[in-house]
Amino acid sequence: MTGGPFSGLLPVCRKEFVHLSRDRTTVFFALAIPVLQLVMFGFAIDTNVRQVPTIVLDSSRTQESRRLLEAFANSDVFQLRYFGASESDLYEAIRAGQAKVAIRIPPDYASLLQQGRLATVQVLADGSDSTITSHAVSTANGVVLQEAMHRLLGLNARPPIEVRPAVLYNPGLRSPNFFVPGLIAIMLQMMVIMLVSFSVVRERERGTLDQLWLTPVSPLGLMVGKIIPYGLLAFFELTIVLVLMRVLFQVPVHGSVPLLYLLAFAFILTVLGMGLLISTRAETQAEAFQMAVGTLLPSVFLSGYIFLIENMPIPFQGISRLIPATYFIAIVRGIVLRGATLAELWPQAAVLTAMGLLSIFLASRAFVRTRG
Amino acid sequence: MEPVIRADHITIRFGDFTAVRDVSLSVGRGEIFGFLGPNGSGKTTLIKALCGLTPIASGTGSILGLDVRRNAAAIKRRIGYMSQKFGLYEDLTVAENMDFYGGVYGLTNAALSSRKDELIALTSLGPYLDRRAHRLSGGWKQRLALACALIHSPQVVFLDEPTAGIDPVARRSLWDLLFTLSGQGVTFFVTTHYMDEAERCSRAGYIYLSRLIAIGSIEELQRMPEANPPGTTRLALHLENSSEALALIRRLPYILESTIFGRSVHVLIDQAATTRLHADLTASGVHATVEPAEVSLEDVFVTLTNRIAREDTPTKEAK
Ligand SMILES: Nc1ncnc2c1ncn2[C@@H]1O[C@H](COP(=O)(O)OP(=O)(O)O)[C@@H](O)[C@H]1O
Ligand SMILES: [Mg+2]
Repeated sequence: MTGGPFSGLLPVCRKEFVHLSRDRTTVFFALAIPVLQLVMFGFAIDTNVRQVPTIVLDSSRTQESRRLLEAFANSDVFQLRYFGASESDLYEAIRAGQAKVAIRIPPDYASLLQQGRLATVQVLADGSDSTITSHAVSTANGVVLQEAMHRLLGLNARPPIEVRPAVLYNPGLRSPNFFVPGLIAIMLQMMVIMLVSFSVVRERERGTLDQLWLTPVSPLGLMVGKIIPYGLLAFFELTIVLVLMRVLFQVPVHGSVPLLYLLAFAFILTVLGMGLLISTRAETQAEAFQMAVGTLLPSVFLSGYIFLIENMPIPFQGISRLIPATYFIAIVRGIVLRGATLAELWPQAAVLTAMGLLSIFLASRAFVRTRG
Repeated sequence: MEPVIRADHITIRFGDFTAVRDVSLSVGRGEIFGFLGPNGSGKTTLIKALCGLTPIASGTGSILGLDVRRNAAAIKRRIGYMSQKFGLYEDLTVAENMDFYGGVYGLTNAALSSRKDELIALTSLGPYLDRRAHRLSGGWKQRLALACALIHSPQVVFLDEPTAGIDPVARRSLWDLLFTLSGQGVTFFVTTHYMDEAERCSRAGYIYLSRLIAIGSIEELQRMPEANPPGTTRLALHLENSSEALALIRRLPYILESTIFGRSVHVLIDQAATTRLHADLTASGVHATVEPAEVSLEDVFVTLTNRIAREDTPTKEAK
């Protein structure tokens, strides 16, 4: 039982489960916060631009102008909600935040059209939300261009070319599909790093670590004894989130669930190692918390979770390659959204596995060293 | 016979800082060895080194004949250790704490349960078995910590400040426990700040600024020539207002040392000046009854540290 490189593993592991069962609040928050985030993010962060509140000043009041406005409304991007009496109403509505877009049709719109001269339609957009603005402006261009084509070719003629976009793997561009897989990685990372580092640092703060090092418990025994409960908790969390994703957001897993769990193992191993490394550096739980948040920020912003890696400046792309979450997010998106298999995902899987092994190796070395 | 604990010229360094300098000591079977010294003097560091945890820069050490450098793993299985902070898991119950340490030492279920019964009988922890450790008072926590340190029936037990911050009754009952166990042949190495505890030990050592400056049985320490300079004697002055009189007494040129004990002051005095003392006190209007005093361990350690302070000052200035 005692002696050997893993001495003390079982009692430590058992004790850790008792801690978890006693510390219900921590476990509850560790599990509930990710779920809450999932629900909030999934519903609130909808990057699809639809039904943008729009104010209209139709000074033409003709059949032609109504036809154009109908085209705007039919695009589903604009919601023609307010009608202004003067040009200053338009600016006022945007400043007040009631409308994000304003459309002004001049009084001579119909007459200019009939004379075959250039008619202008003014579209104002609130630049403070760039996603909405750019989407609204390009849609407005499209709507007006189509209307212009109809005018040139006759109202019933069909334009000679038509784009038929088909978005694969995330039809409808629903953003939960895009965000939820990334969220899984970020949440697992946060939960595991915090719980593991806290559990070791708490022992340092209370003096039980000093005591343990003078018993036959070996550094590896202690380490693995702590890894097992928190690793299992991470898989439990992963399962909850996958089920919620399926039930709440109707995002089905297209690929193999066992493969997902297998590769999640590599990622969880990586973050467990990171948590343990933090625990060898941090003297207090507050310090451990700061370090955990420190690992989180790059993982959120540079992993492709929010911003596309391809759009980042080259140096940031380099950093993103060093972040474990980058690979796991790519894997989860691949398996969940595209049904990718190991044949396509092996580069990410290989890097992640290497990172997991390296992380555990570094953690165990640091553990053996700091024991004095 | 090979001593149970042996340190031979042990020096321990953390970088440039020497935490333990050239310490030699030995503790025999069944002894209670008291290891005294102010905070930061190196007590915990020496314990950790003797248990094979902290590397030794030079010198050798052994526990039960096992070399601390080569046999750390074997040593850890044979010793008990109770850390300064007790090392209990506050959210586990009394029984769970004992079970955990029993598991760590690899006890079988049968061995663990019979050993637990013995320790519960010894420490009277019976009524508290299902209580979480954080709900125990200081004295009971300390008993539990001791029970955990003894769970694998070690022959040697290191107790690092076991009585810091607990009440006198609990302190006394802990010492009663230690005597019972030492009678059964268990060897104890106890660090403490309390002189009265040191005087209960069979032998004691005093470490000051990383150096062991005195070691021996209590009687040997009390008779140390350094603590009893020739031509001096110790007196106890029983005073009506001891704190006011102390200032006066300290100004007298033939008083070498003075320590206040409640309403009396213990002084180390030039033997030739005892009659002058009476005269000087009466002249200053201080009423005191004077009687010869036993030298206490505290007197010994105060005298020794004062000597070192006096010796150190000029060398520091010389640098
Ligand atoms: N791991 C360490 N690294 C550096 N210095 C240390 C370490 N452990 C203890 N020390 C220093 O060694 C000295 C002795 O500490 P310690 O043995 O804990 O004293 P004591 O137990 O007598 O109060 C202190 O000055 C302490 O700061
Ligand atoms: Mg200490």
